[in-house]
Amino acid sequence: MSTNEETPQYTKKDFMSEQTIRWCPGCGDYSILSQVQQVLSELGRPRHEFAVVSGIGCSSRFPYYMGTYGFHTIHGRAPAVATGLKLSNPALSVWVATGDGDALSIGGNHFIHLLRRNVDVQVLMFNNRIYGLTKGQYSPTSEAGKKTKSSPMGSVDHPFTPCALALGADGTFVARTADIFVKEQRDVLRAAYGHKGTAFVEIWQNCSIFNDGAFKDFTDRKARDEKVVFVEHGKPLLFGSKDAPKGLVMTPRIELEVIDVRGPEDEARVLVHDETNTVLGTLLARLKEPIAMGVLHRSSRPVYEEGVHAQIAQARARPGAADLKKTIFGNNTWKITG
Amino acid sequence: MSTLSAPPATSSRPRQVLDDAVIRFAGDSGDGMQLTGDQFTRTTALHGNDLATFPDFPAEIRAPAGTLAGVSGFQVHFSSNNVYTPGDRPSVLIAMNPAALSVNLHDLKPGGLIIVNTDKFTGRDLEKADLPRSPLEDGSLDAFQVVPVQLSLLTKASVEGLGLGAKETDRCKNFFALGMTYWLFSRDLGLTQDWIRAKFKPPFDQANLQALQAGYNYADTVELFHSNYEVPPAHLQPGTYRNITGNQATVLGLLTASQKAGRPLFLGAYPITPASDILHQLAIYKDFGVVTFQAEDEIAAVTATIGAAWGGSVAVTATSGPGLALKGEALGLAIMTELPMVIVDVQRGGPSTGLPTKTEQSDLNVAMFGRHGEAPMPIIAAATPGDCFTAAIEAVRVAVTHMIPVMLLTDGYLANGAEPWRLPDIDAIPAIDPKLATSDQAETFQTYARDEQNMARPWALPGTPGLEHRLGGLEKQDITGNVSYDPSNHEAMTLIRQARVDNIARDLPPAQATGDDSGLLVVSWGGTYGAVYSAVQQARLGGLKVGHLHMRWLNPFPSGTAELLARYDRILVPELNMGQLARILRADLGVDAISYAKVQGLPFTISELLARIQILSNPSIDSSEA
Repeated sequence: MSTNEETPQYTKKDFMSEQTIRWCPGCGDYSILSQVQQVLSELGRPRHEFAVVSGIGCSSRFPYYMGTYGFHTIHGRAPAVATGLKLSNPALSVWVATGDGDALSIGGNHFIHLLRRNVDVQVLMFNNRIYGLTKGQYSPTSEAGKKTKSSPMGSVDHPFTPCALALGADGTFVARTADIFVKEQRDVLRAAYGHKGTAFVEIWQNCSIFNDGAFKDFTDRKARDEKVVFVEHGKPLLFGSKDAPKGLVMTPRIELEVIDVRGPEDEARVLVHDETNTVLGTLLARLKEPIAMGVLHRSSRPVYEEGVHAQIAQARARPGAADLKKTIFGNNTWKITG
Repeated sequence: MSTLSAPPATSSRPRQVLDDAVIRFAGDSGDGMQLTGDQFTRTTALHGNDLATFPDFPAEIRAPAGTLAGVSGFQVHFSSNNVYTPGDRPSVLIAMNPAALSVNLHDLKPGGLIIVNTDKFTGRDLEKADLPRSPLEDGSLDAFQVVPVQLSLLTKASVEGLGLGAKETDRCKNFFALGMTYWLFSRDLGLTQDWIRAKFKPPFDQANLQALQAGYNYADTVELFHSNYEVPPAHLQPGTYRNITGNQATVLGLLTASQKAGRPLFLGAYPITPASDILHQLAIYKDFGVVTFQAEDEIAAVTATIGAAWGGSVAVTATSGPGLALKGEALGLAIMTELPMVIVDVQRGGPSTGLPTKTEQSDLNVAMFGRHGEAPMPIIAAATPGDCFTAAIEAVRVAVTHMIPVMLLTDGYLANGAEPWRLPDIDAIPAIDPKLATSDQAETFQTYARDEQNMARPWALPGTPGLEHRLGGLEKQDITGNVSYDPSNHEAMTLIRQARVDNIARDLPPAQATGDDSGLLVVSWGGTYGAVYSAVQQARLGGLKVGHLHMRWLNPFPSGTAELLARYDRILVPELNMGQLARILRADLGVDAISYAKVQGLPFTISELLARIQILSNPSIDSSEA
């Protein structure tokens, strides 16, 4: 390889398609699309090496707006289509765009099995806690008691916590971010790309039509400091304002508790984030307030398609491998002469 | 090293030469009847007979021992002539217990030979078979030649001294029975002896070898049989042969097709009877680059297959009826996105869980119509176990060259049944050209551009520079592939999807019947081929005017099908369903097809087909009464 050769530079425009975007005005999807296009353009990889696979729902229109290869499949099945594609061509960078209904309701089975197998794909789950495309029914992440068209007296369903579910399925990369957090979202997307194995990213996404303001209590500029802890590996779990910092400590019951950090003694008690600790990741995933954002968990485990292709390579290396005639003839043949 | 001697070259009793024999091994599901039948089949194939087998077993892995529900059977028909079916009725029955005798006796030919394990014809086992008295003593078997054998006791004596427990000893008795059968039909023990040595560890190898030899010697020595038999080798077409089941042939056909296309094979599957062997066997061929993906469910199996098809694999999913029902929505996506793949449906008795281990042809409707929207799909059905090989290659060839999902129908009878198969000249099988789109076409590339000949769109693989495109289930504009809700475009695309299927007929040989070209035409499809062929032959030998049309492609129909049907006075369509093809022929071609329906989980016998042909060949009989 020539040393003069520079890394080819790509622009965000390379990752845009010519299609007119048809999401509602004010939809959080616009920001996610923009961050993904930006991050992908910075990775030094040409767009033809990317494939975006989606299911059904507002979020699943995503591939049409990307300049990469894209496949808008059927409801809930994007993880399985992505698995087949990745097995067929492991060199591709495969991304799944999905929503809370698509991934956790109709596609729940494929979602957990993708994580269990640890297929090397990125899963971006846009969580707006509502069914948008079908016009406003409660979703598997809607809060209990939510009044919607299909739950006029309030939903009696208990919601999933997506990141906890992903960890329960032995996910090796579990992160949470929100549509309006531009920098943090990009950081998480970059980290997801860099992870070997299934990278699950829950992105809080505002549905301006059917569930407007669902996350504003956390994500609004004024609320953010008090309500969100941005986690970073090796750094203390601190949040709150500069004047009144707060931190997370572990109780003897293995629960997270918020303390006011008033001095060095308090500082010493604050937990340091360790992405490799599944228990801590689960506690952070389940924490209601403050909400934890960033990479909650990251660990290493064999990657599914690598295992599959390693066995193929091993079989191919055997003497006498891939002899079609011998295989078809089998072990017991006999001749009939005319 | 075995201490056993080879069987005596000549028997101590007279040998009778037969053209043809049908024998059935029957016992408990735990008695090893499938294994015994399989060994007899292999030995008989090597002997040079033509043959066909019919394994018939319950869905339960181990039903309660000794009960009627737990009876497992394996029928082998072997002959010096060509064999097209496993035989209507056995002339020899090996019954390992009273339940096996009860279940199978009504099939046995009058005067047939019954080898029974008398050790099992006592109180508890008779009760379990719902028999108040022993049929060995009440005269109910007077019409047959009964050979009573103390099989359990003799087996025990044959393996004495090897240190086997009672249960392990009892497990050897199928080899004792097999040894007796080998003597009865003058077969060589060598192949089975080699197999036992390779398969079993000491002391079980020795025990099974001794039981096999003891059975052979016992039959030779004891004056139980008047004679033994010889069925001389058949005059098969010269060539090299092997024994093959339908599922094995399907697997080898898919493998060959992938090699001929120069694209790796991908199988997405979820275990289901009777298709699982396709998954098991393809999992072995990793050295060919085969990826087998055991999915979390049937839907994941088919959607992963769609993903692999997009990625450039020769993509296949294999299932049976219940799985096919689950795959319906995804098949619509495959049709919409015009991706090449093969769906293998090994049909079984339905609906719902139905009869998982029994055969039926009742998925034709779902193959043809089982998707929402206007979603036509090409369908090919294999005729014999060996034909599964050719049908699988044809299915891949059409899928890849026409960029279309293709349904390959087989059934439980073909999948598990075996026949001697003349090995094809692999080099003579033409290559399959996948015509992949390349980067130098990037300037002019359009996702749904049409091939002038067959309307196929280009197969553009993700990873190819310059061919970035978006596929999806939404209706699209032709040529560009852009999403389109335009009403007239939807109708135009619907017509294109139909035309793409119809176009395939140009690649197919025109419809051609065998036998007479007027009179009664018998139309068959799929695994009933052998029985229908044989029945038509016999009817013609009896002086009736009968033709036979076997339809391999059910969608589209080969050219000339309507004209051919019009030449006959009457059309009979025997099917192992309630008349699914007959209804399609009536609807699409406007012919007065007469359905002959059988839904018992069993294949047709030649004699029942012959009887129906005889009735319908009589012009004075109104077809509505037939």
